[in-house]
Order: sequence, then structure tokens, then C-alpha cells
Amino acid sequence: MASEGLTDFFQLCLSGFAVGCIYAIVALGFVIIYKATDVFNFAQGELMTLGAFICYLFIVQLHIPVIWAFLLTFVTTALIGMIIEEIFLRPMVGEPIFSVIMITVGLSVLLKGIIGLSWGYMIKKFPDFVSENPLSLAGIVISPLHLITIIVTAILIVVFAVFFKFSKIGIAMRAVASDQDASLLMGISVRKMFGLSWSISAVVACIGGILLSSITILHPSSSFVGIKVFPAVVLGGMDSIVGAILGGIIIGLVENIAGGYIDPIVGGGVKEITAFVVLLAILMIRPYGLFGKEEIERV
Amino acid sequence: MRSGDFKASYAEDIRILQTGFIKVCIGLFILSLIIYVLIADKYFIYLINLAAIATIGSLGLNLLTGFTGQISIGHAGFLAIGAYSSAILTSKCGFPFFLALPVAGAITTFAGLLVGIPSLRLKGLYLAITTFAFGFIVEHVANTWDSLTEGSQGMVVPPVEILGLNFDTDRGFFFIVFPVTAFAIIFARNLIRSKPGRAWIAIRDQDIAAQTIGVNLLWYKLSSFAVSSFYAGIAGALFAHYLMYISPGHFELLVSVQYLAMIIVGGLGSVLGSVFGAIFMILLPEVLKFLPDLLRGSCPVIVERFADINLILYGLIIILFILKEPKGLYGIWTDIKVYWRNWPYTY
Repeated sequence: MASEGLTDFFQLCLSGFAVGCIYAIVALGFVIIYKATDVFNFAQGELMTLGAFICYLFIVQLHIPVIWAFLLTFVTTALIGMIIEEIFLRPMVGEPIFSVIMITVGLSVLLKGIIGLSWGYMIKKFPDFVSENPLSLAGIVISPLHLITIIVTAILIVVFAVFFKFSKIGIAMRAVASDQDASLLMGISVRKMFGLSWSISAVVACIGGILLSSITILHPSSSFVGIKVFPAVVLGGMDSIVGAILGGIIIGLVENIAGGYIDPIVGGGVKEITAFVVLLAILMIRPYGLFGKEEIERV
Repeated sequence: MRSGDFKASYAEDIRILQTGFIKVCIGLFILSLIIYVLIADKYFIYLINLAAIATIGSLGLNLLTGFTGQISIGHAGFLAIGAYSSAILTSKCGFPFFLALPVAGAITTFAGLLVGIPSLRLKGLYLAITTFAFGFIVEHVANTWDSLTEGSQGMVVPPVEILGLNFDTDRGFFFIVFPVTAFAIIFARNLIRSKPGRAWIAIRDQDIAAQTIGVNLLWYKLSSFAVSSFYAGIAGALFAHYLMYISPGHFELLVSVQYLAMIIVGGLGSVLGSVFGAIFMILLPEVLKFLPDLLRGSCPVIVERFADINLILYGLIIILFILKEPKGLYGIWTDIKVYWRNWPYTY
């Protein structure tokens, strides 16, 4: 009986971990933009859904081979990210924070409308990339898709760690994040880095979107996950990449465990809301998150 | 012709109705509005009523966001609390309307104070996220707490009844909502030109400087949240009694965005701007509905995908106003006024 309870617990943890990995990926996109350009992007969820729909367009509607379709999707979303930055966010550099936030809120509504207009509200499904037979290990069951999600997240983390640590562009982006004036003096094009961080973020969001919609369904309302990632970003600290990843995973775990144990007692509804309760708690106690820079002035 | 603003005293400078001409104009406007409502089609009265309710809500949001500088992306949450409180009080507890309305406002004020407490520590982005989460939680609670709110199927709200008189028609309701809105506008105007308003504006511009010159941040930030949520609660309650049906779908995230769009379009930090913005955002979808008729049905897309086109339009309007006309309709209005006043000697 006790071991059964333990297996249940691990099961909940594992699926929570997989969902948390998706949160982590989307949160990574948030942090890349925030770190480089100081914009908190309320449209990240829509960017994610848009990426997934573009991938769907290439694979299912245009019948392009999967590998090429993925490449095309990444190029397209990168371009979209760059264009959004160029048109909407570039003029807002140095404007009050309210205007910047409202631009991204407006952007999220705008993208939502465009997605709904282009693809409608029918539930869509990605073709199965892998078999759906769950793998079983010592009594704990995991679906191959969840496994792939975890692996992709791990790969992304490594790629970004290497990118930011060793590549010239990555170092330039870190320089811009740390001091814009100094990096301008060092000959880094801050404008290019801004555009680049938006396109990288869009691609990352798109990967998250594809993973999420393969596990569940593809629907305009998927962009809701973008909202659920706020708690992850705030928990980890808004300008910390490590924080984003850990925050995403923690939120996924907490949400799933709370859903698994509290939902049956109170009759549902806890799972969706846990993340936000956690969010409010963090904001009250430690607003700069686990790894964020502590620069909030208290008045 | 007026050659400029010459004020001899401070009292003259902060007067609400500056000149006799404006007094006459506003009197004529109110008179013609009432006459219009007495003869107009039901549909137009419906729009006027909705705009009046939205005016109250956007005034509240503007007091908080436009004047005090505390960003709220969860205003629909306050509207929902007001609407549900009033609905539950009248239908389940047997409160009369004229009692339920202020009580609903008071309950929403309490919620506003709760949300306001974090604002003492957080500002800007963090406050935006907090209010955002608040709006989401309220919507979710309304959706799941079946025994109180009847969940996603929504609840029926009794119509307004005062002293045995039924105000369940559009025309009848106008005579309820109009005085309330007028009072809300005058009250907001008076708040802004007196001590609290000046303190709020000081907090918006530089909170540390405000504190240095003796503005009590705790008190004025909380009072701003309280007044703002009271306005939202009243707007929500009126909305509930007007539609006689509410569901969590009426208070989704998009509604918060819509209210933010109102104050951005109308003009941040302007009472008149909130009125302009509310009218604009209520009329916009209706005008859009007429477009296909004008185009003789050559645009079936607009009819089929009305909701999506609406979303795109909202997004574009918010973005365009912030980028191109940050002062909003109120800014355009004052520009035009100044232009005509000085015409033809514009300089």
C-alpha cells in the first residue's frame, strides 16, 4: 500500500516534470527577451501558439517533409520575432514601463486575433512523430512524448549554455544585457542584438509550442500556457536563465502534485490555480525570485 | 474672442466648469441626451447605457492607472466581484437594489484593498503581474464555485426595482445609470482637483519625491486602489442588473484589456478622456458590425469571423495609440480646441 502510494507520487512527479520542462522552455523565451531588452513580453504565449500553428501549416497543410518543415518553421518564427521587435518595440525604447507593457498586451490580443482568423477554432492534432505506446520502468509509466520533451529541454539548456558562454554573438548579447552603453562603445550593434534576442526567443517559444501541442492538442487557447509561465519566470527571477528553467520545472511539479492530491478533496479546480497562488506568494515574499537580481526599491 | 486664460485666483483655476459658455454647453448636452433617449430606438439606448457603465469602470481604472500610476491588468476581476456580489445579494439574500449596489461596491473595495497591499512593495511590472494573476484567479473562482456563482453556465440577475417601480427596459435603466455615471464623473473630477488627486499624481510622477514632500504612500496608494475598485464594483453591479444575466465569460482577461484600451484611447490621467475612451470602445465593435451592410455583403469574412477581427482591431488600436498618440482622444480634443481658439493666428 505504501509503495503504491510512492509509485503514484513518482508518477505525478514525472508527468509534472515533463509539463514543467515545457514551462521551462517558454520561460526561457521570456527571460531572453527580458534580459536583453528589458521588455516583459505578455505576448509570449501567443508567439508560442503562432509557432506551433506555422509548423502545423508546413507539415499538415502543405505536406513538407518533417525535417524541412521544422527548419522552415524556425526561420519563419525567427523572422516574425525580428519584425515584431523592429516595428512595435523599437520605438518604445526608453518609454515608461506602462506603455511597453501595454504594447505587448496589445500585441498578444492582436496575435490571438490573427491566429483565430487564420486557423479557426477547430481542435487540431499534430501527426504522431513517435509511437504512442507508453514506456514502463519499475512500475512508473512514461509516454515517449514526455520523454522527448525532457530530452529536448535538456538539449536546449546545453545549447544555450554553450551559446551564451562561448559564441561571439552569445557573449555580445550578454554584454548588451549587462550594459548597453558599454557594449555600444565596444562596437556591438545593440539594435541587432535586440532583434536577435526577439528572434531567438520566438524560436524557443515555437519549440515549446510544438512540444505542447504534440502532447495535448493544437488550439488557439493553448496560448494560455504563456500566462501560466509568468509564475515560473517570477519564481526563477526574471533575468536569470537558470532561474527560468528551474522555475518552470518547479511550477510544473507543484501544479501536478497539488492537482493530484488536493483536487480530489475539494472537487477540482486547484490544478489551474496553484501556479498563480504560488506567484502571489512569491511576489509578497521574494519579488525578485530565486536567482534574480535584487533591485526592487522599497518605498 | 478669448485671447488667453487669465485667472485671478486659485479657486478660479481649479473650477470644474470654467466659463459660462461651457456651462451652457453641458446643460444643452444633458438636455439633448435625455430628449434623445425618450425618442430613440431601443438599440441606441442600449449602447448609451453600456457606454455609461463602461465610463464608470474606465474612470475607476484611470484613477488607479492614469492618475496614481499603479498598473492594473486585472480590472475585470473587480468588475466580476461587484457584479457577482450584487447578483448574489439581490437574488439569494433578498437585498433591494439600492442597498445591494453600495454593498457590492463596498465588497469590491475590500478586494481592492487586498490587492493594493502588495502595491506597497511592488511597482511597475511586478504589480502588473500581480493584478493579472488576481484577475485570473477571480475568473477561475467564478467558474468553479458552483454553489455560489452557478459556475460557467452563469446566473440570472433580477432587474432593478426601486419602490415597486420596475426599471427592466433599456429606457428605464437609462434613468438609473445616468445619474450614477454623472455623479461618478463629478466625484472623480473633484477628487482629482483636491488633495487626494494631487497626492496620487505626485505618486505617479515620482513616488520617492512624493514621500519626501510628505505624501503618505501607504494611505494614498491604498485609497487609490479602494476608490478604483469601488468604481469597478459599481460598474460591475450595474452591468449585472442591466443584462440580467452574468457568467464568468463576461469578465475574462479580454475585458481587462478592453478597459485598459479605453483609458489609453481616451487619454491616461484625464477624466474626460475616460468618458471618450469608454464611448469609443463600446461603439467600435458596433460600427464594425455595420460595415458589411455598407459594403453590400461583399465582405462575408467580417460577419463570420467577427470576434477575431474585433481582437485584431483592439490590439491594433492599443498599439497605434501608444505609438502615435500617447495622449489619446483627450489630447486630440485639446489640440483641436487650442487650434480653434487661436485661429486664424495659430503659432
